[in-house]
Order: sequence, then C-alpha cells, then structure tokens
Amino acid sequence: MKNIKFIGAAAGTVLGFFAAFLVNLFVRQAADMEVQTYSFGAVTLDMNQTYRLVLLALILLYLVIAVCSCFDAGRRMRYASRMPFRLAMGLVLAIWDILGTKYLLLPQPFFPGPAKIVEAFLMDSGYILQNTVYSLRLFAVGFALGVIIGIGTGILIGWFPKIYYWVYPILKITGVIPAVTWMPFALTLFPTPFAGAAFLIVICAWFPIASLTAGGIQSTPKAQLEIARTLGAKTPYLVFHVAIPHAMPQIFTGITTANAFAFTTLVIAEMMGQPGGLGYYINASKVWSAYYKVFAAIVVMAVMFSLIMYGIGLIRGRVLRWQKGLVVQ
Amino acid sequence: MSSDIVLSISGVNRTYQDDRGNTVEALRDINLSVRRGEFVSFIGPSGCGKTTLLRLIAGLDAPESGSVTLDGKEITSPDPKHGYVVQQGGLFPWLTVEQNIAFGLKARHIFGENRAQVAHYISLIGLRGFEKAFPHQISGGMAQRVAIARALINKPEALLLDEPMGALDSFTRADIQDKLLELRRENDATMLLVTHDVDEAIYLSDRIVVMTPRPGKISDLLDVKLPHPRHRGGPEFLSIRRNILEKLNLASAQPQPEYTI
Repeated sequence: MKNIKFIGAAAGTVLGFFAAFLVNLFVRQAADMEVQTYSFGAVTLDMNQTYRLVLLALILLYLVIAVCSCFDAGRRMRYASRMPFRLAMGLVLAIWDILGTKYLLLPQPFFPGPAKIVEAFLMDSGYILQNTVYSLRLFAVGFALGVIIGIGTGILIGWFPKIYYWVYPILKITGVIPAVTWMPFALTLFPTPFAGAAFLIVICAWFPIASLTAGGIQSTPKAQLEIARTLGAKTPYLVFHVAIPHAMPQIFTGITTANAFAFTTLVIAEMMGQPGGLGYYINASKVWSAYYKVFAAIVVMAVMFSLIMYGIGLIRGRVLRWQKGLVVQ
Repeated sequence: MSSDIVLSISGVNRTYQDDRGNTVEALRDINLSVRRGEFVSFIGPSGCGKTTLLRLIAGLDAPESGSVTLDGKEITSPDPKHGYVVQQGGLFPWLTVEQNIAFGLKARHIFGENRAQVAHYISLIGLRGFEKAFPHQISGGMAQRVAIARALINKPEALLLDEPMGALDSFTRADIQDKLLELRRENDATMLLVTHDVDEAIYLSDRIVVMTPRPGKISDLLDVKLPHPRHRGGPEFLSIRRNILEKLNLASAQPQPEYTI
C-alpha cells in the first residue's frame, strides 16, 4: 500500500513534465515562426527538440531521485510532499509552451516560450559559459575578500572598545550607502573594471558582516570569558576560542545577508561597465531585443546563486552543528 | 606560616557601589587560612559576601585592602591553579563534553602531552559514552560534573565552587555531592564551596565558615569532625545543623528540626 502510494507520487511528479513533452511534440505550431537548426558535429538540433530533451532530462532526474529516496522513510515523505508543486511546474511549462511558442499569444519579443529560451543556449552556449565564469570569478574574489575583511574588522570593533569608538561610526554611516553608489570611483580609480567591480562587492559584503560580527563578539557573556580565564586562557585564546565561536551564528547571519547584497551588486556592476559577466550579457542581449537570451541568463543566475546559497548553507550547518536541537530552524 | 596552609586571606575589605550609588560593604576584615586538602564551605544568607569572597580568591576581583595568597603568592588574576566552577556550569555550548574538559589543557598549550587525561576525567565523572555530546544534549547534573572535571583537569591547588549544585534537583545534588567527595579523595584537592544549603555544607565540609551580611563578615568557624560517609539524619549531624541554623537566626523555637532526611 505504502509502495503504491510512493509510486503514485513519483508518477505525479513526472506527469506534468511528460504533459509538457507531449504538448511540444503534438500541438500544432499555429503561429508563424521560423525554427532554425543548429549542428554540433554529427548532431543537428532545433529548439523544440532541445526543449524536449531538457524535459526528458528533468523526468529522468526526478525518477532517479525517486529511486534514491525510496529506501528512507523521511526522504520518501519529502519527495511525496513536493509532488503537487512539481506537477504544477510541468503543467505551467505546457501552458507556457502553447501561449509562448505554439500560438504566440504572449507579447513578443518580451515573453518568449520555453523552447525559445532553450534556443539561447543552443545559439550562445560558449558565450554564456564564458560570461558565467566571468561572473563567478568576480563574485568569488569580491565576496571572499568581503567576508575576510568584514569578519576581521568586526572582530576588532567588537573586541577593542577604542576601535569601536573610532571605526563603528564610520561603518554605520558608510554602511547604509548602497555599494553601487561608489561606482563612479570604482570605474575610474581601479586599474581594471574587474578590480573596480570586485571593490564594490567587497564594500557591500563588508558592512553587514562587520556589524553583525562586532555585535556577536560584544554579546559574549562575561561569565564565559571569566570561566575561560580561570581555566588558563589568555587574550588571544579568549578571542579565537570563546568570542569568535560565540559570535559564529551572527557571523553567518551577516554572511547570508551579505550574500544577497553581493548578488545585486554583482549584476548591477556588470550591467554598468564590465567587459563580461551575466549582467553584461543581459545588457548586450537587450540591445538586440533578444529577450529570450535575457531569460536564459536569468535562468543561469537562478541556478548559480541558488547553488552558492546552498553551499553557504552547508558550511553553516557544519560549523554550527552544535546548535542542532538548540534553536528552531 | 605553616607549610600546610595553602590559601590565606588576611584583612580583606571590599566595597562596591550599587545601582543607586550607595556604597555597600561587601566584605569587612576577612581573615582565614585554609589547609591543604581541606574542604571548607561558606554559608550565609544572600548579601553576606560569600560569592564576592570566592571571586576574590578566583582572581576575578581585587580587594580594596588586605591580601589573598595561594602558596604564599598573592592572587592578582585568574589562574588554573585556583579553578572556579559556577552555578550554571558555563560550559561552552559549541564544544563537546570532551572538548570542554580539554579546554584548559588547550588554552595552556599542554594538550598534546596530556591528551589521555581527558578520557581519564571523563570516566572519573562517569560520562563515558557522552564524549561527543554537546552541553545542551546532557542533563544539568551531567553538565555540572563536566564543569567540575574541566576545572580539575588543570590540577588546581584549590578548587572554588560557587553554588555548583544550586540549580539542581535534590537527587542530582546528592549524587554530585558524593562525586565531589570522591574526586577530592582521588585528586587530594583543596575545595572551597559557597552554598546556601546547610545540609550540603555539613555533609561535605571539614570546616564551615558562617557569614553574615551588612557588612559581609565571618561570624563563626565550625569544625565538622564526623567521619565519611556522613549520615544526614545522624544525631551529631543534626546537632551541628541546629547550631548553624541558630547562628544564622534561622532556627525555630522548637528544639526539633523541621524535617529529617
């Protein structure tokens, strides 16, 4: 009985995508639309074929997940609970395909169908990859520096009252200014546009991380510091083994907040003066009214940013595993 | 000064300002010598300065006048030589039981050669199998035993206990009291305990320091010469108990105690 239910959940999950597949395959192309083919060596594909391949890949993926989940009661439950949403996603794709591609009822070229967006990857895959790598590199450099500098200044501000007195007001005033405000300076004072944009990301990550780190350090209970001292800890040990671990939950809150700011800053910076990156790609595509390429870049961003956030979540879960069962999450 | 005196407090005064700016005399002219291996309890109503006194011995506070010396050396700052355990344990929530106990060794950079000590103390406090547990995953009594082991692993000359059983239920409390006596035998440690529990003081101590408030001062010193293990309902036990309660003006008019255990 349980197994039948789970098989039902798996079937429901892929049913929507299968419906989308059938719609693309069998619904007549009513509106006038030129379908180009692209050849990769011996393989020749058009946008509809590729779109259907993507749908098949999704179906396969969800079936694999179903098989992997079926041995664990908790994972089965989670899989089953997500069925309605995944079913709806597939059905939405089917409807979108009819409205956006088959009958062209959505305002064009602003809202292309799903197959057209897939076509952007056929047309531009190398270029999109190149711009994605550029964005990733810019984000990694800027964000890593922002985290390091942010935690560093946060610890100094939080631990030393003198530094708090002199630096905290500056942090408070400059912190509320959106980082992109510094764009004119970033673009002129730095040797390369890349360095300028990295600077903007550093600035935008620095503020939330520094202020939350400082708050976390300052809220270390006096009793814990006293106990550590009676156990033989000197100042550096107190900072690194009492104050910083105590501040760690807040440091991660800062990193998560900074992460969202950094995505925004990254894209705006790329749109306003970078030789590459997904923001640049969006801007360049817009000029040619290639809105399907804009959507393609948005899809890449959604996946990339989600993966980055997921990665940070994993690190956070690992570092703060002592909190498990202690706080509601 | 006789060599078996480990801790000596002489002419200690300590005042502080309360929230309204009034000067409060927390301690006035405290004099006390503690012998090596002795178990001394400080008892008295709140405000008698017993915790202030313990904090002075821990080096977390300094007297206005007078001196506190350990092995003839004046105490000016916290040191593992005079380990300190507080009511709520103050375990570090991000460290496991094992890591909490090892904290002192690591802080003093002598963990490498003393690694085996950690396992020894874990079995001494009966927490084998809980090495990897985090503080919030163990009971209050267990946490308190970890806090005591964490201080003892530093081999203190004197172990200072500030109501370590204050927040525990009476069964757990009795359990930890026996554990303390056992640990004291094992480690030859001198222990100083602040408590508001008369029975606990009599059960554990060689000597009881009775303190009275406003200003905080020592009003009586009582020797407890009963052999261990002590019977909490025995006649000598009850007579000492009545004596202390009278000194604290807590005894009722009737000569009988209100309850016996």
